[in-house]
Amino acid sequence: MALVLTEEQTMLRDMAKQFFTEQVPVTNLRKLRDEESADGYDKAVWQQIVELGFAGILIPEEQGGTGFGPIGLGIVMQEAGRTLAATPLYSTAILGAGLILAAGSDGQKAELLPQIAGGELLTALALEETAHHNPKQVAMTAAQDGDQIILSGQKNFVIDGHIADKLIVVARTSGAAGDANGLSMFLVDAKAKGVTVTRTHMVDSRNAAMVSFDKVSIPAHDALGPLGAAMAELESVLDLGRACIAAEMLGGIEAVFDTTLAYLKERKQFGVIIGTFQALKHRAAEMFCEVELCQSVVLDALSALDERRNDVPRAVSLAKARLGDAARLISNEGVQMHGGIGMTDAVDMGLYLKRARVQSQLLGDTNFHRSRYAELGGY
Amino acid sequence: MTDLDTFRAETRAWLEENCPESMRTPMPERETPWGGRNADFPNPDTKIWLDRMASRGWTAPEWPAEYGGGGLSKDEARILQQEMSRINARTPLASFGLWMLGPALLEFASEEQKKKYLGEIVRGEIRWCQGYSEPGAGSDLAGLQTKAEDKGDHYLVNGQKVWTSYADQCDWIFCLVRTDSSVKHDGISFLLIDMNTPGVEARPIKLISGASPFCETFLTDVVVPKENLVGELNKGWTIAKRLLEHERTMISAMGMGGGGAASMGGMEAMAKENFGEDGDKIANPAIREAVTNHKMDHQAFALTLKRAADEAKAGQGMGAAASMFKYYGTELNKRRFELLLDVMGTQALGWEGEGFDARELSITRSWLRSKGNSIEGGTSEVQLNVIAKRVLGLPDA
Repeated sequence: MALVLTEEQTMLRDMAKQFFTEQVPVTNLRKLRDEESADGYDKAVWQQIVELGFAGILIPEEQGGTGFGPIGLGIVMQEAGRTLAATPLYSTAILGAGLILAAGSDGQKAELLPQIAGGELLTALALEETAHHNPKQVAMTAAQDGDQIILSGQKNFVIDGHIADKLIVVARTSGAAGDANGLSMFLVDAKAKGVTVTRTHMVDSRNAAMVSFDKVSIPAHDALGPLGAAMAELESVLDLGRACIAAEMLGGIEAVFDTTLAYLKERKQFGVIIGTFQALKHRAAEMFCEVELCQSVVLDALSALDERRNDVPRAVSLAKARLGDAARLISNEGVQMHGGIGMTDAVDMGLYLKRARVQSQLLGDTNFHRSRYAELGGY
Repeated sequence: MTDLDTFRAETRAWLEENCPESMRTPMPERETPWGGRNADFPNPDTKIWLDRMASRGWTAPEWPAEYGGGGLSKDEARILQQEMSRINARTPLASFGLWMLGPALLEFASEEQKKKYLGEIVRGEIRWCQGYSEPGAGSDLAGLQTKAEDKGDHYLVNGQKVWTSYADQCDWIFCLVRTDSSVKHDGISFLLIDMNTPGVEARPIKLISGASPFCETFLTDVVVPKENLVGELNKGWTIAKRLLEHERTMISAMGMGGGGAASMGGMEAMAKENFGEDGDKIANPAIREAVTNHKMDHQAFALTLKRAADEAKAGQGMGAAASMFKYYGTELNKRRFELLLDVMGTQALGWEGEGFDARELSITRSWLRSKGNSIEGGTSEVQLNVIAKRVLGLPDA
């Protein structure tokens, strides 16, 4: 497929750009942070997102969604990333809807997908257990007890964990940490007995939580997909999430680059515009090249998902790894080129820098994806 | 059957009948068909193939038929390319006339000039070289000093050009000359000079790779007819800039790497040969990381070239294309060869003779040659300046 947006996708982008720019500017995140919002997201904004059809963007029309597919989802995330919009899109519209679509029973789909598209249900994926993404290393256990499942363990870095109505929990019904086999997924009510959710405060002022499961008993039919064989569906949806985070990161670096470039054209020192200095020009030109390469790898990863190409994992790892490096470079340069004000909280550079590091860790950092890219290539 | 299907069927049949068997094999460098008055054809099939393709204008498929070109549409030209690839047909003609001068003539030359020069290029009769850089005008190309004085019925040219590709084997040179010394960019004209004219002398320059693809070209009291001026007097800089874009696009393709020994697919295999395997992995973790990084950069660059082509097709311009690709592609190519040195160790450091196979020696020479990629056609630093100015709109000092 050609690496260009279709007319329909271009319209979606323009609509998303206008919405996030006008309705969810960076001041929205600052307000949530400074007012110490208990929810960590703006419910009115989420309602607008639902009305625009973005919450159900992955969900087919017959289940209440808009069915724009991975490219549409990526386009929306890119525009959300541009303004650092803090919304449950990632936890619910991407991972929640994605996992239920990929692994859910007909009954689960019929019940839950319309609720997600309608903005009535928020989900969170409880996957990570250590400081580094690595699905195979999940150790949390899920023991069968008659027609019940008993969940015991501890999860961290659960995005939107403290606002979710339902948790999607990855736990082990067999095997040991490190095995790809033996993993299962469960839908767990966030208020179930034995579930303790503790909000964590991250540098990006966005929602995350620790969740502990103390002998939580759930009916076996709340398993999402077959027991012990969750890896394939999980990985395919994680790849969708990774591509969408890469798209969100792309929006972020574009915003930092545009803002920094504008500053280079307006700030004067030694009586001249600092953008006349070759030391800064060359660094700006190198960033430009990097942004162009990032646009290519993100669009290719989303296209791979859209077309269900068999190189999805490699295309996605290429994008997530590159965006991790690029976001580090460009967010650092954004601070540096702004000079003194760049290190203050008054300008937005620091907000983008902090968000970039969290995004980089989400679902695997550059090292994780570089190694995965090599493994998939047979070296 | 659509018109294009018919065209494909006819093209396939014609190629099957007219492309000699030996022209369907990989081309050794010494058989490269540069054409020209002094062309030698170590393989006589090369000449047959060139003449047959030129008779249909298919050495320049998209040029208008009235100037000897193929007169094909973009779609037809793509089909011709696909059908040639299908049988591994060699390129019938390698030529700076085709790649650089021709497109500029089509845009800027007079009707008589197009009629005279384009046909010769298509048929491979005249081999062209480019006279741009001078000893005192490299990155600052517009500072060139080679002077063309108006002597009534002719120009008298004096000066020195450098980095003229293969000038010692070329027939004609397209030159930037100074026709007004009181201004810089607006005092440059674009002149075509027959290298047989008295006063033209080309001397090869030996590079660190041992090869001599470039010359110094001396122009002493060279008499050039006035009709050899292309475009308006003192408007040569416009033509020069357009030609440089063609050149940058051509050189940036090098980032994608040649085939054969140093091709991308070979790098990880070589790393395994040299450092062993740990499972499927390259056993040395530092080399594995470097190889992986490089391959990921290469893939990201390839996707960006594809995106630019797709956007061009869709009628959306990707602004900075030429300078960005020249910069990134050549820097990537240099990194590739440095990495190959790390992978191959001392086997990449042989100059000639015993102890090294042909592949190893070729990589060594290519590594040395790659150092020129980020200098010729505008240095990397100049490309970054061009991006900063023309794309990002950053002001001049």
